[in-house]
Amino acid sequence: MKYDHILIRYGELALKGKNRKDFENKLKENIQFAIREHRTCKVKRTYGRMFIELHDENPNDVLEKLKHIFGISSFSLAMKTENDVEAIKEGALQAFLQREGNNRTFKVSARRSYKPFPIRSQDLNQHVGAHILRNTENVTVDVHNPDVEVVVEVREQGTYITCGRIDGAGGLPVGTAGKVALMLSGGIDSPVAGYLAMKRGAEIEAVHFHSPPYTNERARKKVEDLTNILTKFGGSIRLHIVPFTELQKAIHAHIPSSYSMTIMRRMMLRITERIAQKQDAKAVVNGESLGQVASQTLESMHTINEVTNIPILRPLVTMDKQEVVEVSEQIGTYDISVLPYEDCCTIFLPSDSVTKPRRDKAVRFEEAFDFEPYINEAVQYVETLTIGNEQENKTEQKMNDLL
Amino acid sequence: MVYLDNSATTLPWQEVLDTYQQAASAYFGNPSSLHRPGVEAETLLGKAREAAASILKVKSSEVIFTSGGTEGNNLAIKGTAVEHQNRGKHLITSAVEHPSALEAFAQLEAFGYEVTYLPVNKEGRIRPEDVENAVREDTTLVSIIHVNNETGTIQPIEEIGKRLAAYPKLYFHTDHVQGAAHVPLDLGKANVDLCTISAHKFHGLKGTGMLYIKDGTVLSPLFHGGGQEQKIRAGTENVPGIAAMAKALRLAREQHTKEAKRMYELQKYLLQELEKIDGAQVNTPQTGAAPHIVNVSFPGLKPEVIIQALTKRDIHVSTKSACSSKLNEPSHVIEAAGLGQERADSAIRISFSFETIKEEIEKLIDVFHEIIPEMKKVMGA
Repeated sequence: MKYDHILIRYGELALKGKNRKDFENKLKENIQFAIREHRTCKVKRTYGRMFIELHDENPNDVLEKLKHIFGISSFSLAMKTENDVEAIKEGALQAFLQREGNNRTFKVSARRSYKPFPIRSQDLNQHVGAHILRNTENVTVDVHNPDVEVVVEVREQGTYITCGRIDGAGGLPVGTAGKVALMLSGGIDSPVAGYLAMKRGAEIEAVHFHSPPYTNERARKKVEDLTNILTKFGGSIRLHIVPFTELQKAIHAHIPSSYSMTIMRRMMLRITERIAQKQDAKAVVNGESLGQVASQTLESMHTINEVTNIPILRPLVTMDKQEVVEVSEQIGTYDISVLPYEDCCTIFLPSDSVTKPRRDKAVRFEEAFDFEPYINEAVQYVETLTIGNEQENKTEQKMNDLL
Repeated sequence: MVYLDNSATTLPWQEVLDTYQQAASAYFGNPSSLHRPGVEAETLLGKAREAAASILKVKSSEVIFTSGGTEGNNLAIKGTAVEHQNRGKHLITSAVEHPSALEAFAQLEAFGYEVTYLPVNKEGRIRPEDVENAVREDTTLVSIIHVNNETGTIQPIEEIGKRLAAYPKLYFHTDHVQGAAHVPLDLGKANVDLCTISAHKFHGLKGTGMLYIKDGTVLSPLFHGGGQEQKIRAGTENVPGIAAMAKALRLAREQHTKEAKRMYELQKYLLQELEKIDGAQVNTPQTGAAPHIVNVSFPGLKPEVIIQALTKRDIHVSTKSACSSKLNEPSHVIEAAGLGQERADSAIRISFSFETIKEEIEKLIDVFHEIIPEMKKVMGA
């Protein structure tokens, strides 16, 4: 007998009616996506819980993947037995013995939600506890502070036994809050902003501005890799690569250098807004933090924000750089973010950017030249990739097959 | 052919060769180049690193690709000794290491380092408490082979690691070349900082290997150049060889899960049968040995002669370790175990792969019965 199930618990706060069903369906989908490599695993929904049937898969590999999925409050390895007291006793013993870690003291917590089962919870506690004590050495019961809590849940379809629980990532299942367009630069901040938006259930459409030949293949690969990391937390993500070279050249040629950064950001926001509309995304997410750099002063945000009335979510707005770095290290984007490739924000960077741009000036400078055709062209020739969808990425699939 | 010299090298698996060949032509770019072929080669390199790291249950950033066991041992030993020489110049190892470790230590001794060589018992095993007792204020490195390449003796790496955890300033390296396929170490549990692995011992290709370097371990490189492998090992990466190694490691672990029990049984069978051969003295310990190595001495007989007789019958084994078996020298491992000069002079190593079957061992035994009495008569042993 071995651990053959994973029991998944999710927060039930604010979950009523249709919400709950959406929540559960999304969560199930996201779990299925995260463990798609484990083909024999099956995800099942029961009352307020989910189970993964492990079949022949390695439990630890599956557990590792569950840790990243938003919407899960905790999960445990479980053994399933028939609703028979002898089977339950033996299952509980095996579950206890096969658990990794300190196993000196334990307590049993039985719950009998299937009432036709003839033994009451209190009695079941004693039966199971006695069986474990009889078949182990140097193990004692400690009901207040046990190393292991052996939880026995008798349900209609069978009894599930778990020992200990692992904390989930919390948050809401990605996709339950709707869609947002994430401005993804390749730096440290924007992937973290995307991650935090996903934590609250937002599904992401990533938008990246690419200026070949001034930004190279590696810069682009870096953004693909960052997006790929974000897929761990939700599901596959569409990455929209905007050809930005011509527009950037036009800005460089027609806008005074002190305002070129501000105007470039306004253009980026206009383009992102149009992509958001096309994809039915209801907000834009970016990695701005108040006052962190010259372009992120309140005046600058005020001037850039003028071009749109779509909500702009700034999950990092009050965070310190160090806090952002910590999250990026924790989610695994930091090492990629710090790779030193030029992105479109750094190549034409003037040395004399204003830190307090004014709306009226920005508008006046923009009126001096017709940028609209350039914006249209950039939007029209957006290249869209689906990251995290292996079938679509043939090269990567070929490489995986080699290994 | 009955090939029983798998501790010297193994036959590369066909799937591994396929990976090598496809990777070598499809992803030939230099991983450091900026263009697409370069980026693709780098992507494959990264994937191979991730795959290997996940099998070893370590982080990708902790895996450095090398040319094999000798380089891994040299890099781990000299790299740490040199980097931390200002803190101390005392190093600890055992008397039964592979020559690539022992010779590295010998060079360091010539440079003014002091090396403690721990003794072993009759089974060829060091005592964990001896390691701890040898630790001094100026000790910077402990390096102990995991599975002995001549006798198969497993050293108590986990127990040593546990004890050394109390000395956070020194580094612990293990030579895992013989253990990687048949006695895989749990690197986290073993608490090692450095671990050497070589691909051609598990059906990968020669010229490829890995050094696990735990995060936070600083060492000085042997090769300087273009800054590859986190500046620890410069030189254009052998991408196809590395991809092939990742694949071989995965297949080897699958085989290990399936075949480990059978291999122990095979070894037990061979040990039993050797008992029945007049004069045969087994040097591999009864317990605590890797399942794929059996070392046996025929005192009075010259091992080269036995090898010749066997190879004529298409059975291939070796004298002690392949690296030094061309030299007509006694085995330093068996000498160190105190089993006597005669046994050290006449040791033969028989080593299995996952594919070795019982019929092959039976054939070997038959041939022993045939040739050993004959040789004894001729050589007067």
